[in-house]
Amino acid sequence: MTKLILQKDPLNAIITGVGGQGNVLMAQLFGRALTDKGFAVTVGDTYGAAQRGGPVSSHLRISKQTLFSPLTPSGQADIIISLEPVEALRVLGGWGNPDVVVVSNTRPSYPFDVTSGGAEYPALADITAAAQKLAQKTLFIDASEIALQMGAPVLTNTIMSGLAVGLGLFPIGVDDFITVLKNQFDDKKFNLNLSAFQKGLDLAASKGWSD
Amino acid sequence: MADISKKTEGLADLLLGSEAIGRGALEGGVNVVASYPGNPSTEITEAIRQVAEKMNIYVEWSVNEKVAVETAAAASFAGLRGLSAMKQNGLNVALDFVSGISTSGSKGGLVLVVCDDPSGITSTSEQDSRPLARSLDFPLLEPGTFQEAKDMTRFGLELSEKIGRMVLLRSATRLQHARGRTLLGALPDENRKAHFDTSKQYVAFPSLPRHVAAKERMAEAKEICKDSVFNVYEGPDEPELLIVTCGSCYLYALDAMNLLDLWDRVGILKIGTVWPLPDDLIKTHMAKNSRILVLEEVEPFLEGNLKELAAEWAAEMPMPTFYGRRTGPLSDTGELNPDIIITAFMEILDLTYEARPPAYDQQAKAMVEKLVPPRSLALCAGCPHRASYWAIKNAEVLDTRDGFVTGDIGCYSFGLFPSGYSIMKTEQAMGSGPGVGYGFGKLGQFDMQQPVVAVVGDGTFYHGALPALVAAVNNRSNLTLVVLDNGATAMTGFQPHPGTGTDAFGHPAEPVLIEDICKSLGVRVEIVDPYDSVAATQKVLEFMNDEQQGPRVLIMRQQCALQMARSGKLYEVWVDQEKCVGEDCGCNRFCSRAFKCPGIMWDAQAKKARIDEAICVGCGVCAQVCRHGAILLKPLSAAQGKDS
Repeated sequence: MTKLILQKDPLNAIITGVGGQGNVLMAQLFGRALTDKGFAVTVGDTYGAAQRGGPVSSHLRISKQTLFSPLTPSGQADIIISLEPVEALRVLGGWGNPDVVVVSNTRPSYPFDVTSGGAEYPALADITAAAQKLAQKTLFIDASEIALQMGAPVLTNTIMSGLAVGLGLFPIGVDDFITVLKNQFDDKKFNLNLSAFQKGLDLAASKGWSD
Repeated sequence: MADISKKTEGLADLLLGSEAIGRGALEGGVNVVASYPGNPSTEITEAIRQVAEKMNIYVEWSVNEKVAVETAAAASFAGLRGLSAMKQNGLNVALDFVSGISTSGSKGGLVLVVCDDPSGITSTSEQDSRPLARSLDFPLLEPGTFQEAKDMTRFGLELSEKIGRMVLLRSATRLQHARGRTLLGALPDENRKAHFDTSKQYVAFPSLPRHVAAKERMAEAKEICKDSVFNVYEGPDEPELLIVTCGSCYLYALDAMNLLDLWDRVGILKIGTVWPLPDDLIKTHMAKNSRILVLEEVEPFLEGNLKELAAEWAAEMPMPTFYGRRTGPLSDTGELNPDIIITAFMEILDLTYEARPPAYDQQAKAMVEKLVPPRSLALCAGCPHRASYWAIKNAEVLDTRDGFVTGDIGCYSFGLFPSGYSIMKTEQAMGSGPGVGYGFGKLGQFDMQQPVVAVVGDGTFYHGALPALVAAVNNRSNLTLVVLDNGATAMTGFQPHPGTGTDAFGHPAEPVLIEDICKSLGVRVEIVDPYDSVAATQKVLEFMNDEQQGPRVLIMRQQCALQMARSGKLYEVWVDQEKCVGEDCGCNRFCSRAFKCPGIMWDAQAKKARIDEAICVGCGVCAQVCRHGAILLKPLSAAQGKDS
């Protein structure tokens, strides 16, 4: 049973990834669902020339009363959701604290610095170990693989959204998110996204947190 | 992007700062919106454009910012309401006209939205546009919240119409690119007709009496704004420290005050009508406060103006101690954020604060240092600009005279960075590639021997390159101009330009082709596909060595790779693992290290290159790069369709 309470005010979530992965839209949809529930929400997107391979984070600040700034102060994230594993670590480094929870996709998107041979990409085991050490709890899932099986890698963000809703990370229910999905997409895309969202919900029910 | 016309009065919506300005323009009954795209201003016009046709609003992406403001001003002169939005660099392009309309005045509500970019996140400067409001006598509004972004736009249109002067609305990246809860107002039901009253003149000469009139209009604006709802005080009656702030810093300040629990000790005066200032309100608060911290982006504009007022009032009240970007502890460069403001509070109020346990902080930072690779910005996989730069770079090597590239603003500015081979050696403003290249082309009498290739994008060609090209013909400058023509204003989201043959709504427009312009000037012009590496390199070399006097233009034409990613790959691309010799042959990973397309990966364990199929758009250029023929291509239907 999903609990619809705001665990903390403000609740600070950072949804991160690489340009083009869809985390900006994902944060926007959560923002809409929360606004419809009457919360005061700010969604700050930190990106430069994002489509050109740079990291992109959306700061989601949720309150019952007042608007908070679009930039979360350092060390103040309550939730980190990442569509790319090292980006989860990058955000954890700046905004993490002993109480933060981390939910991340495991599929790497290699930086230009790595593909051109100037930097190394860490092993997934090292990434998850580092996250477990710094976060209260973590959950790493290969959401991209599920999206690929569904025939559309772009669904990764919606699977991760289902996971977040299923885990009860936000004070919104399943139907609240489905409503914003319906408003966002035409029928065909909505149906695809709905099944991706359902996959995420199923994952939340079947997978447990790592401490 | 949200439909900003959909929700009705009284409802809350989650709007981007840009969308909120768009909605405010709708609520203010805007008729004409003319803008030039540029981060972080683009989405304002995009948001209005999406609803414009059904609301009978004229929207255009103008050829440049000066024409944009002129278009909106014509609407104002005809009694309509106009708005123009641009980034800070764009304001510079428009400035000559902006100065002129400062003297001439206007009629219908006219708002110029200028979006500054503190820290220059996607800009060549972090220029603060606000001092222009003072030097040119325009009212200046600066929203601190999404709600204000909307409400001030509407108010700006009304104020402008009341006083007969354009109003500046200054926003900044952090507000433009963030979303917040915004309560919506009513959309008007008014149909204005355009009519110019020929008994009036809107002229900038004689300038002195008009300047006098401008000062009078500004005095009216001051009177209207003195009790504005956009100027708000929150906090105790006599705080230990008074914050005076404006714009996006307001929300940062609230964050810092909440985290440090300062609401009993610190008061915050948020100013929305930043010029002219609400003197009386400021005087009331200044009289009660001996310490004042000014928070603003980026120059100490408000700080300086407050100090000026304090000096004027020196006989009536003691001079407060000021803190800010001029006095410190804040830096006089760079964007502020809640952390910087927390640090300033700690210093001024002698507080201690730990965002997280120190041991954790050390661990977290060490972890990033050890595990997290940098993620530099790069030209996209398959980007035709990379292919063009590869050809120019090879031509420069073959030429051996130490050539270089002058360039300017667009995706092709990545020529500054390793992703574009750091090939670009000068870069300042839209169109300055051709302009500076033109200048180099006149240095022959000083024995300038190096070949210079000026590059310009297709959108930028129309925006700012034409005067330099005309001058090059007229003055016979030795200019090799390469137009990097990807058929779009790609960097800001594929807005049309005069060459695309479509208007802002996607309807057909009369295309003005670059090659036709060049031919009409009598300039040698040729077109080459940068994906054809050998031909493109040969052509650049030939143009660089053209002995005839005057300019020549080489158009490197290939559609943007982001478009190609949507329309389908030209080739299936793979690496023959047998032929790839990796690091052993002396090529030293030539494809991934030297050519640097993100679609080519270096597999460190196998010591072979491979193609990342998820990223590769199938342009086929890398197959021409590999000296061992290890990168193989199979034409796909898109390519076959193209060939036939």
